[in-house]
Amino acid sequence: MMDTANQLNAQGELQHLLTIEGLNRQLILSILDRAESFLSISDRSVKTVPLLRGKTVVNLFFENSTRTRTTFELAAKRLSADVLNLNIQTSATAKGESLLDTLKNIEAMSADMFIVRHAQSGAAHFIAQQVAPHVAVINAGDGWHAHPTQALLDMFTIRYFKQDFTRLKVAIVGDILHSRVARSQIQALSILGVPDIRVVSPLTLLPQAVATLPVKVCTNLLEGIEGVDVVILLRLQKERMQAAYLPNGAEFFHTYGVTEQKLKLAAPNAIVMHPGPMNRGVEIESAVADGPQSVILKQVYFGLAVRMAVLAMTMASRHPRG
Amino acid sequence: MTQILLDHLSVSSLLDAMAQAILQRLQVRQLALSPIMLVGIQTGGVWIAEALQQRLQQVMELLPMGQLNINFYRDDFSENGLHPRVLPSNLVADIDQVHVLLVDDVLMSGRTVRAALNELFDYGRPASVMLVTLIDLDARQLPIQAEVVGKSLSLLPKQRIKLRGPQPLVIELVDQVEQVKKA
Repeated sequence: MMDTANQLNAQGELQHLLTIEGLNRQLILSILDRAESFLSISDRSVKTVPLLRGKTVVNLFFENSTRTRTTFELAAKRLSADVLNLNIQTSATAKGESLLDTLKNIEAMSADMFIVRHAQSGAAHFIAQQVAPHVAVINAGDGWHAHPTQALLDMFTIRYFKQDFTRLKVAIVGDILHSRVARSQIQALSILGVPDIRVVSPLTLLPQAVATLPVKVCTNLLEGIEGVDVVILLRLQKERMQAAYLPNGAEFFHTYGVTEQKLKLAAPNAIVMHPGPMNRGVEIESAVADGPQSVILKQVYFGLAVRMAVLAMTMASRHPRG
Repeated sequence: MTQILLDHLSVSSLLDAMAQAILQRLQVRQLALSPIMLVGIQTGGVWIAEALQQRLQQVMELLPMGQLNINFYRDDFSENGLHPRVLPSNLVADIDQVHVLLVDDVLMSGRTVRAALNELFDYGRPASVMLVTLIDLDARQLPIQAEVVGKSLSLLPKQRIKLRGPQPLVIELVDQVEQVKKA
């Protein structure tokens, strides 16, 4: 567990978003409510509002992620912030020192917010501890640890289609071990009171600590998705297969790939989600990805509004109330 | 301390008079047959706009009423933060070349109207904008004036007024307490 003490200010408002851990139900719901307010802006001809005018948002990406970076960039631009994109490849040498130096340099350019993606767990926490008090830090994915905005947009999507969290059955299918998304999702679902959370995965892709999570473990996909309202698929990363966690993609698809046929076991109006980018024919059949139960593109659409809400809230929390 | 300043009957007769004044102004400006849209500013302005729409519709053609929520356009975001839940702005019809009657409940500093104008122009280019307000408080901080006013008032420094609604519409006078700032 990482130190998340500085994630909230004295009034309990979000001043950084580092992890879902430690957020209460009310705060998560208030983020979703605010995101709902921002949703309609995407439908206008002028898609920007002047909320963060004059603020500088820096995308600090130590790990490549075009999609996440793009949605954060677009969210910041829709709020009229100035956006700086920095892709910094981590060098194995002097990581700590160079990270801090990079940080101080950008901070000296009067940045107001860092959006951080890093291959190492805890990078965003570290940065949040180092920055000046007026700077907000958003974790856009750190190592295997957390990806809180993805989890929030997933919660937004689930609420949009299913309303009440307290009656839901949710299955998370795929590589749980390496997934920061899964970790954040499980925390969020559990905080929001989802009574039946299942993780469906081969034993080699389950974290050792899975027993401590508020989930049911299924190694059989058919059992795992039976009767569920929400099926969340995770991307199977090719590099994991090289590391001998799995034989190959085809084998995985045969056992754990969600097909139209297998999806019939879920509740009739179950929705299918995927954080993207998806591997068709590995974790998901094309017919499912493009089918009527898929809400994958809706997730992207909602993701923008959720990120706008998070950006606006973390900025709003660092000013004295007038 | 809160007391009722204008009960629903008084508010209703103010609205009647405002509807008449709007018709007159439109005639003077030779706009009575042009495309006209009422746009209310959330939340109180929407209630007033609805009441005026009802009255005006009986004698003239109007486009569907619009709603603006100016919370994303406020100039006090850095001091006052973000409103917990912002009802979406909603302009059903295109506002290009439309004569907009911008409606608010209370005109005070003029900052809300400035923000509303900014937002309005993000939706399109209206042919004209006329400002209509139920209450005009003598406390302007910007060069903004309403063309149609229900009632003008001056308040003591510690007094605030608040519209309660939507049914019935009542104006309350709040004394002393530091209430939410109404721009």
